[in-house]
Amino acid sequence: MRVLAPGRWLGLLLILALAGFGILGPWLAATDPARQVLADSLAPPGTGYWLGADHLGRSMLARLAHATRLSLLLAAVTVASAAIPGTLLGILAACRGGWVESGLVLLADAVLALPGLLLVLLLAAFAPGDFLPLYLGLALAGWVEYFRVARAMARGMLARPHVEAARLLGFGPGYVLWRLLLPGLLPTLGVLAAFGLGNAVLAISTLSFIGLGIHPPTAELGSMTTDLLPYAHEAPLMVLMPAALVFVAVLGCHLLAGRGRA
Amino acid sequence: MDRHLLGRFLRPVLMRLVQALLVALIIGALGFALMAALPGDQAFRLAAARYGPDMGDAAAAALVHRELGLDRPLAVQFLDWVGRLLRFDLGHSLVTGAPVLEELAMQLGYTLALAGVALPLSALLGLPFGLLAGLRPGGPVDRVTLGLSVLLRAVPAYALGLLLVAVFSIRFRWLPPAGFEGWREFILPALTLALGLAALSARVARDSVAAVAASPYMAFARWKGLPERAVVLRHGLRNAAIPVVALLGLQLIGLVEGLVIVESLFSWPGIGHALVHAIFARDVPVVQGAALVMGLIFVLVNALVDLACALIDPRRPRAAA
Repeated sequence: MRVLAPGRWLGLLLILALAGFGILGPWLAATDPARQVLADSLAPPGTGYWLGADHLGRSMLARLAHATRLSLLLAAVTVASAAIPGTLLGILAACRGGWVESGLVLLADAVLALPGLLLVLLLAAFAPGDFLPLYLGLALAGWVEYFRVARAMARGMLARPHVEAARLLGFGPGYVLWRLLLPGLLPTLGVLAAFGLGNAVLAISTLSFIGLGIHPPTAELGSMTTDLLPYAHEAPLMVLMPAALVFVAVLGCHLLAGRGRA
Repeated sequence: MDRHLLGRFLRPVLMRLVQALLVALIIGALGFALMAALPGDQAFRLAAARYGPDMGDAAAAALVHRELGLDRPLAVQFLDWVGRLLRFDLGHSLVTGAPVLEELAMQLGYTLALAGVALPLSALLGLPFGLLAGLRPGGPVDRVTLGLSVLLRAVPAYALGLLLVAVFSIRFRWLPPAGFEGWREFILPALTLALGLAALSARVARDSVAAVAASPYMAFARWKGLPERAVVLRHGLRNAAIPVVALLGLQLIGLVEGLVIVESLFSWPGIGHALVHAIFARDVPVVQGAALVMGLIFVLVNALVDLACALIDPRRPRAAA
């Protein structure tokens, strides 16, 4: 593995820390994130709850951990569902050319005609509060970026002598793809994916905050902020916690992606 | 020269026209599918919404049914739907019964006013930092700007807005947290939007200025003895402006997204707020209309950005982004 710049290491560290929190947190808190103890409503941190309890007396630690896991998992699945088909279609378009390429480029342009969020919102309108439209919308709006980058890079690489030689020597498309094209594409696509991961976390929590993402009672970082907002006066720290986790996740992803892109 | 001009100005406009048509088609198809996907018998829900739950009986439903032409085959309804969309007949709100176009026209005013304040504000906040940072790459201003912009871009817009409200309205009681009557109500929503946009534009301005400052033509302008002012104003600014203006198009995506969030957060009666509200109410004509207007504005401003780029940059035409 190539050595990363210090800022990118920090980003990786932040993401791993959050992933660790998402994995270990539910085990640490060991309570059901939906279990309500109304007597403990808005209990401050420490009093039997490591991070306090929310307005319904649910353990904040358990909810934050579950929400973090959900956010990272959903974002990762979204990014994978955008990146893998996007990359493969990009390479396919570059290799085949002709009407395959024209058709795919047209499709990509059609998706790009709209701001991505508008597409996500319109899909979310089919079933507000459901995972599926949110995931579909984000993946559908996201694959284009990988497609365009992979196509542009693959075009250049296909014209390089060693790739051309391999193809003329009769190496199959599998060999060319795995051994010659993907290794060259991976660093750039990795940067895109790291950015995409951060932006997916951001989009999921933002849509949930305005009520169009994942609905309560499922613990989600954006909707937790909405839920706790009326109690901002009594428990300001608690309102801050879920948003702070989103901030750390996005910061980690952007740092990991590096400053290659403005 | 003539063909050159044509290529520079006409081609991007044509491309954007095609894009506008695509936007209308995609949104129209999604809107129609949304309408068809609404659960239950539409006519009953609409009758209940319009005449109150007690009056939503079969007779009222039948009336609504006929009025909206819900009894025709789906294909006919779809053609009718797209046809009306192309004539910019957006129909009536399912909830209020008012023409969608009328409602949107009012909301558009609020949205444009907010965007009109936020965009210059973001330029004011971001560009000077970007300029100073770009003139001394690696210097203290550059590092601080980079750090700030990375941090700022990781803050979710809703959290940024809430923080501003917490500080300026609740802690210090300087500014109102919501409302839309006077200029004071503009400040917090506009600032929330502008800070997010400025974080990006400062970076682009910085890279662009740094690239121009390091370019051979700037060095040559100095060597031939031009005063520093002339070097920066005549040779630097215009070249550095090209990527920054081109970025405006990219920023628009951020602006559209930001508008939806900020308007929802501050209860700003604009199009983004209307869109979110209509999704909750399953008011499909309003959802479709609001999305269409936002999409078309996006295309329109992108077309303006294309033209501005063509004006600033007299070199050969760039391919439409």
